[in-house]
Order: sequence, then structure tokens, then C-alpha cells
Amino acid sequence: MIRTIFTVFSKEVLDNFRDRRTLASALLMGPLFGPLLFAFVINLSIERSLSDVEKTLELPVLGVEYAPTLIDYLKSRNLKIIAAPEDREAAVASVKSGLHDVVIIIPRGYGEQMANGIPAKVELVSDRANTAADRDARRVRNVLYAYNQELAAIRLSARGVSPLVLRPLNIDDIDVSTASGRSGILLGMMSYFFIFAMLMGGMYLAIDTTAGERERGSLEPLLALPVTRDRLILGKIIATCLFMALSLMLSLISFFFALKFMPLQELGMTPNFGPRVVVAAFFLLAPFILLGASVMTLVASFTKSYKEAQTWLSVVLLAPTLPILIVSLLTLRPRLEFMFVPSLSQHLLLIDMVKNEPVNVLHVVISVTSTLLLGGLLTWLCARLYRREGLLG
Amino acid sequence: MIRVDGIHKSFGSVRAVRGISFEAPDGRVTGLLGPNGAGKSTTLRILYTVMKPDAGSASIDGHDVVKSSLDARRCTGTLPHGAGLYPHLTARENIAYFASLCGIERSNIEERVENIVDLLEIKDFADRRTKGFSQGQRTKVALARALVHDPQNVILDEPSNGLDVMATRSLRELILKLKDAGRCVLFSSHVMQEVAALCDDIVIIADGRVAIDDTAEGIREQTGCDDLEDAFVAAIHRVSPE
Repeated sequence: MIRTIFTVFSKEVLDNFRDRRTLASALLMGPLFGPLLFAFVINLSIERSLSDVEKTLELPVLGVEYAPTLIDYLKSRNLKIIAAPEDREAAVASVKSGLHDVVIIIPRGYGEQMANGIPAKVELVSDRANTAADRDARRVRNVLYAYNQELAAIRLSARGVSPLVLRPLNIDDIDVSTASGRSGILLGMMSYFFIFAMLMGGMYLAIDTTAGERERGSLEPLLALPVTRDRLILGKIIATCLFMALSLMLSLISFFFALKFMPLQELGMTPNFGPRVVVAAFFLLAPFILLGASVMTLVASFTKSYKEAQTWLSVVLLAPTLPILIVSLLTLRPRLEFMFVPSLSQHLLLIDMVKNEPVNVLHVVISVTSTLLLGGLLTWLCARLYRREGLLG
Repeated sequence: MIRVDGIHKSFGSVRAVRGISFEAPDGRVTGLLGPNGAGKSTTLRILYTVMKPDAGSASIDGHDVVKSSLDARRCTGTLPHGAGLYPHLTARENIAYFASLCGIERSNIEERVENIVDLLEIKDFADRRTKGFSQGQRTKVALARALVHDPQNVILDEPSNGLDVMATRSLRELILKLKDAGRCVLFSSHVMQEVAALCDDIVIIADGRVAIDDTAEGIREQTGCDDLEDAFVAAIHRVSPE
């Protein structure tokens, strides 16, 4: 029994290792391409959000001459005043066309209104539908609010009233998220990268077990041998699992290195992804290997050809995202019943680990056993289906 | 020795095999002859146990192909129609894989493979990966693979398909070698001449039924045709007059 399974297993491993193209897509595509893309995207978004705070913003102002004090204030807030379009209409048009993100218009009557103590009109032109531009507009708006507050306080003081009258509430915004906690949000999607890479690693072998063997014409000779089919399929599924495990391991390691090139600390994030977490994550995700291998083998066994199997399996590749997506969109906290859902349970537990939060042991036990049980059940189903005549196509 | 006793097999509404019986004794070559779609492949598939008959029974060396299919397979070497190899393995590795699955002792595998490589004269390309092999080379390796566990019974489904003259010749020689060694050889073909040149017994199948089961001589006598091809046509018309 063991010998037959081992014979099939080692033949499949040898066969797969010799197939360069398959090997490249199994062990390079998933593990390396994923984290690299991830690192690139994160770097890009970090650079953008960092630059917003520090960068000098160029601000076109129409009517600079009417409000020298305000202009000085704006300049002190890291805003660089530049020449604006010649009149109000041109200024509005320039924002509409996207030439400027935000323009300030100071009308001629500003000085007079200010001197008389009536609200002085200042116009801020922006396009709120344009999210990228709106960030700059918000910054300018906040500077104007601050100036407004400051002037009000000065005027009250001049009349002998405490400026505190303007602040009946003292709002203190306390952020309880830790640096690791903030990483969790950003890195939440990486659990899917691991599952994706894992599935990619075994995809070709899973197809080969049925559709591939059939298309090549090697299935019938194989089935005509004095070997029970259970052993054939077990050997093949174990080989599939090995490649999935390899792919998972490689992607964890490549992620470990990829994180070093992400300036996460600058955002106040320190993902807990050291060597120990890498090892723990491997064992946390490993139960999903058997499930993935059996699902892929099962789906492929119903297809007529290699091509058709590839098409269907690309759908299978996306399936694990579904529960993750739903829970992420609804921002649900980890709950006991979620641990019965494969891919979701691994995702939630991995996030806890990356956030450096205590991991619930019961949750881990449920996640591991339920995923393994389901994988075992589906493997059994694969073996059952391997016995039917329809397999020959 | 192979015995087939009134087997039936349908696929949906298509009745591929409807009551085929014959015997293929040891030390003789039995040819299963019939036009395309007559039910030859289905009959052979039932014999090498990848399909089960709806009714009737078949046995190989006394092992029922349904009840003790593992034993039946153990004493049979099979070359299915269009048998494929593993392209990333060498010819030798392909053969050794099957040898190992047949339960041959690990220490004996190398020797067995060596013997079969000699027997089939495939030494020249035995250590090359089978990707890009010609049809003749592929068939030879597939045959070697089927014979590596030294089976008493050999089932070949259209083995000469796609082979050139030289390859067909060496296949014929191999079949005669097996016969001389006292093996039971059962092979299917739709080419009358091939069957006539090689077979001791000919089973002509048409429309899922046996039209004639006799020696080449007997078939000529029964149909009253001197030419075997005419005899073939005459025999087929017996079961399906249209």
C-alpha cells in the first residue's frame, strides 16, 4: 500500500520538477510575483500619503493684494502662493479642467469687510468628486479654518472675553490602534496572496491527475495495472500537496524579505512578521493545502480537457477570496463560527498574528481541524470519483 | 487464457456490445476483427477492467474481471488504444514506473527493464525523454511497459495504428515470440490482412455481436469466399444485413 503510493508520489514529483514551464509558474509566479506586486503597490501608496503632509503645496490665489496677513499665514503653513488665473471665471474653469486642484479667490471687498468686523468672504474652489484633488483642497480648507479660529480668538481677547468661550468642548481624539494594529489593515490582503500562491503551486498536478493523464492517453494504461485506484489518487494528491507546501513556504519567505523593502515604519506600522511568525503562519495555513489539493483535483476530474480544467481552476483560485472579501467589507471581528470557514479562519488568525494580538487557541484548533476534516472528506470524494467509468472520457 | 461469456454494454441509448462470447486460449494469437464502432474497444476495455459489463461475465486465467479485477489485471499486460507515455520521463523511467506499480521487487526492476528493452530493441532511445518520440517508438515503449511484469495474457487494442512498415514488422515478430512462449495474445484490428497474417483464431465482430469465430480456413469455408476480405464483408452482413 505505502510502496505504491510512494511510487506514484515520487514519479509525479520527478515529472513535475522536470517540466520547467510548469515549475516556473508553480514555484515562481505565485510566491514571487505576488509579494513583489504587493510591495510595489504598498510603496506607492505610502509614498503618496507621506508626501501629502510634508510636501509644499502650490496654491494659486486670486487677489493676493487684498489680504496680505492671510497670505502670510498661508505661507507659514507650508503653502506656496503662486499666480492664479486672471479672473474668477478662469479660476473656476481651471479647477474644473483639472489644471489646478484648488484655488483661493479673495474678493476686492475683503479688507473693508475685515476692518468692519463683518464676515469677510473668501472663496475656495475645488472639485469634490475628484478624490485625489480633494485631499489638497481639504488641507487648504483646514488651514483657512485654523486662521478663522485664530482671528476669532484675537478679537474676543481684544474685547476682554476669554477665547475659551469658543471652545465649550475639549475634544481629545485617542487612537488606540498600535503600530502593529495599523499594519493589520494594510496587510490583511496578504493572507490571500499565500492561499493563491499555494493553489498555484499544485494546480498543474491536480489537473494532471485526471484531465492531463486522459489527454495524454496515459490514464487507461495506468488504470489497467494491478493497483487499486485509491492508491493512485492518494499518491497524486500527496504529490500535489508537496508542491503546494513548497509554494506556500517560498511565498512566506519572499514576503518576509519583501516587507523589509516597504517603508512601513514611516507610517507608524510595524507588522509582526519575523521568522517565528513565518513558521507559525506556515503551520496555520498548511491545513488548507489538503483542502485546496482535493478541491482542485475534484474540479479537474469533471472536465474534458486540460484547457477546460485550467479555465475552471482559475475560478477555484478566486473562491477563497469570497469569504475574506465579505468579512472585510462588513468589517466583522473574528468570531467562533468564522473559524469553521476555511480560508476565512486562516485569514483572520493570520491577521491577529500580524497585528501581534493574542491568538485564541480554541480558534486555531477549530480552524485546523475543520479545514483538515473538509480536506479529508473531499479527498475521499476524489477517490470515489476516480473509480467511475466516466473518468475515461 | 481469456474467456468472454455473453457480455453486454450500453452507453446511454447506444448498445455498444450485445452478447459477445469467445475464448482466447494460451499459446495462440486471437484476433478481434471488425469495422470501426463494432464494439472491439469496449470489449477489450471490459477485459482490462476499466469498464464493467452490464450483463454477462469475462475471466482471465479464471479470475473474474469484475469480482477479482485486481487478480485479472495482475496476469494481463495491456496496450490500450492510443496509449500515451509520460513525456518528461525517459523510456526506461516510463517502463520502470509501471514495473514498480506492478509490484516487482525494487532490486529486480532494473534487470526486468533491461530485459524488456532488449526484447523490444529499444536500447537506442531508452535513455531519452519520450517527448518527441515517433509513433513507432512510442508504441514500442508502451508495449515494453505493458509486458514488463511478464504477463501470461496480452491484450493489444489496435497496436499497429499509425505504425510504418518496419515498426509493424517488428510488432508482428514480437507477437509471434509471445505466442511461442505459450502466452495468450488477444489483439484487435480493423485490417483484415494484418489479422490473417498473424492470427490462429479470428473473431469477427459487427454491431456489438460476434459474426464468426473460427480459424482463417474455417472462415473461408463458412462464408464460401476464397478471399478473406470478401469473407469479412460476407460475415459482417450476416449480423447487420443493411
